[in-house]
Amino acid sequence: MKKLNDQMAKLTIKRLSPEEEFPDLSQHNNHMAKVLTQDMFTKLRDRATPNGFTIDGVIQTGVDNPGHPFIMTVGCVAGDEETYEVFKELLDPIIEDRHGGYKPTDKHKTDLNPDNLKGGDDLDPNYVLSSRVRTGRSIRGFCLPPHCSRGERRGVEKMSVEALDSLSGDLKGKYYALKNMTDAEQQQLIDDHFLFDKPVSPLLLASGMARDWPDGRGIWHNDTKTFLVWVNEEDHLRVISMQKGGNMKEVFNRFCTGLTKIETLFKDKGTSFMWNEHLGYVLTCPSNLGTGLRAGVHVKIPNMSKHAKFEEVLKRLRLQKRGTGGVDTAAVGGTFDISNADRLGFSEVELVQMVVDGVKLLVEMEKKLEKGQSIDDIMPAQK
Amino acid sequence: MRDRHADCYFFSCLVCSVKNASMPFGNTHNNFKLNFKVEEEYPDLTKHNNHMAKVLTKDMYAKLRDKQTPSGFTLDDVIQTGVDNPGHPFIMTVGCVAGDEESYEVFKDLLDPIISDRHSGYKPTDKHKTDLNFENLKGGDDLDPNYVLSSRVRTGRSIKGYTLPPHNSRGERRAVERLSVEALNTLDGEFKGKYYPLNKMSDAEQEQLIADHFLFDKPVSPLLLGAGMARDWPDARGIWHNDAKSFLVWVNEEDHLRVISMEKGGNMKEVFRRFCVGLKRIEETFKKHNHGFMWNEHLGYVLTCPSNLGTGLRGGVHVKLPKLSTHAKFEEILGRLRLQKRGTGGVDTASVGGVFDISNADRLGSSEVDQVQMVVDGVKLMVEMEKKLEKGEAIDGMIPAQK
Repeated sequence: MKKLNDQMAKLTIKRLSPEEEFPDLSQHNNHMAKVLTQDMFTKLRDRATPNGFTIDGVIQTGVDNPGHPFIMTVGCVAGDEETYEVFKELLDPIIEDRHGGYKPTDKHKTDLNPDNLKGGDDLDPNYVLSSRVRTGRSIRGFCLPPHCSRGERRGVEKMSVEALDSLSGDLKGKYYALKNMTDAEQQQLIDDHFLFDKPVSPLLLASGMARDWPDGRGIWHNDTKTFLVWVNEEDHLRVISMQKGGNMKEVFNRFCTGLTKIETLFKDKGTSFMWNEHLGYVLTCPSNLGTGLRAGVHVKIPNMSKHAKFEEVLKRLRLQKRGTGGVDTAAVGGTFDISNADRLGFSEVELVQMVVDGVKLLVEMEKKLEKGQSIDDIMPAQK
Repeated sequence: MRDRHADCYFFSCLVCSVKNASMPFGNTHNNFKLNFKVEEEYPDLTKHNNHMAKVLTKDMYAKLRDKQTPSGFTLDDVIQTGVDNPGHPFIMTVGCVAGDEESYEVFKDLLDPIISDRHSGYKPTDKHKTDLNFENLKGGDDLDPNYVLSSRVRTGRSIKGYTLPPHNSRGERRAVERLSVEALNTLDGEFKGKYYPLNKMSDAEQEQLIADHFLFDKPVSPLLLGAGMARDWPDARGIWHNDAKSFLVWVNEEDHLRVISMEKGGNMKEVFRRFCVGLKRIEETFKKHNHGFMWNEHLGYVLTCPSNLGTGLRGGVHVKLPKLSTHAKFEEILGRLRLQKRGTGGVDTASVGGVFDISNADRLGSSEVDQVQMVVDGVKLMVEMEKKLEKGEAIDGMIPAQK
């Protein structure tokens, strides 16, 4: 395998010496740039995964995107499941830095039992406008979005649609392929806030995830519009449960039930999701390893968000803020997207619990600040 | 311990690739795709309107998909930009790129018909003529500066032995930069100048280059981005210009080199003189350093985009034609004069305030002198037409014959 990898890497690209090829990372501030040295690059450039993914494929997005005003970006992607093994010298330190010190020997726990979540059904809907839980899943045997061919992508779509079409009850739904969508369907999906568009973020574009758009991409959702699946966007599958208001418990219930059913359907078909006991669920971006879970709310906190201690509070609660347009957008009108910062090393239940507890506290703080009261006495400890 | 068997296999693979036989190794990902059927891998081109989509049938895809150039450029690499960009409102795009000089040979089944369609029926057996003798241009020094705001001639050059911007590695790109800067720094007289690398530019230098309209920025056109040309930006990209600011060279933008001569007003003759003289000096210097430009007698100068083969020359003016441009016969006239319109921001922009970028439409099958002559004669005529329309007169009697 190693010899095969060596030969393949040599033949793919006409290249010069490692020193001449090493990227200029002097203006860069992302996880990849912090970790990738000349020595490491020299060693890794002679390798390729069995599917032909090389170090340049891994790091291109990080080279092309030196930094980001709002978030510390990862700066690398996986092209297949084996990337995390073949390029572990690079990815293990990045994973450790990004995921709170997670070591190469650590084990990750999965808990998709919604009964283990305490509370979460009483977030104040005057402040919490909507609640959402999403995760990603990769189908074993196929390359990931940065590297997959059209045939692979279509294979993922076909398999996913077959599985989703067999869901029933309140999960019964329909698939809308992006390239066959009627204008009416498209408008409806936009109104429902379901439609994902061709990525514009340079972080995603630089990694090659938008190739052949919109071929093989689509959206599936249930009839009640509370459970949806994106096919072939940033990951093979993105599974999303959402609804207006603050009943995160119900959102998480539906999330776990639906996800478990989908996993069972895939297993019945003889496939499985990429998962191992060290990294949990394997996804395209190293930041999404583990649970791949981002549970969040859109919450109105105009006073809290301007408070000097806002960032500190978020950090202690292990929460992250984003604008309401999603990753790398800015907040509008004091309404923030607040979600768990962690993905790996904590279970799904633990992460959603942090969101539920943390948002409850943030809303309390907002209410205090509205009344002109101090929040110093309810500052949380570091979780 | 070296595995001699593996080494033999390695070399036999290289030999195979040079002879263009199918390979057991080589570009691994391309071979992985071969596990999927043609139907599964063939792109959906039903909504597409570019040259590539017109030509690439499923059968052709099946035939070419296991091929690659010696540097590993594959069919999917060639066509990715055309798959990702179905069509363009202003221009019929080519929809494919070369990753190296050999692309034009390895994928000739695809590229020859595209070249023929794009370059007015140019056949695989045709020969291209090069003429960079500026004295052969007639006139061109008297375009009315009240209408012709600026004149410009550009071309591209590729340095033999290196792969092209869609495919090159950082090391190759840096080597192209190094060689180019060495060559340019030997220029003297009216061509004496300085190189400004994009990644080391001071704010003051950047301001000045913007004010001079010299600075090129990271491409935003999805046509270019889809081909991978913007990787590692701004590494090894830069601008060289002479002290007089009338001759400049872009390094590692869409081609290895873009050579540009320009000035305000309508003296295309002077612009072309400087262009030819400067280009010849650069070619001589490169040859002295043992690096020729990619050229052959069939395709002329070999560049990244098939639309730029031949002369790679675009000679054009920014000209005020508010009346003519809204005339019903404007497109017809341009077609007959073998000219092309663009907005003043360059390819795939719209025109602003009736000012158009008018340039030669042809690149291959006619010489540099031929093409600039068409611009000079054609623009002269269009300015006359504009003046007539200003006076409320008809231009029907002036409509030219098809060149």
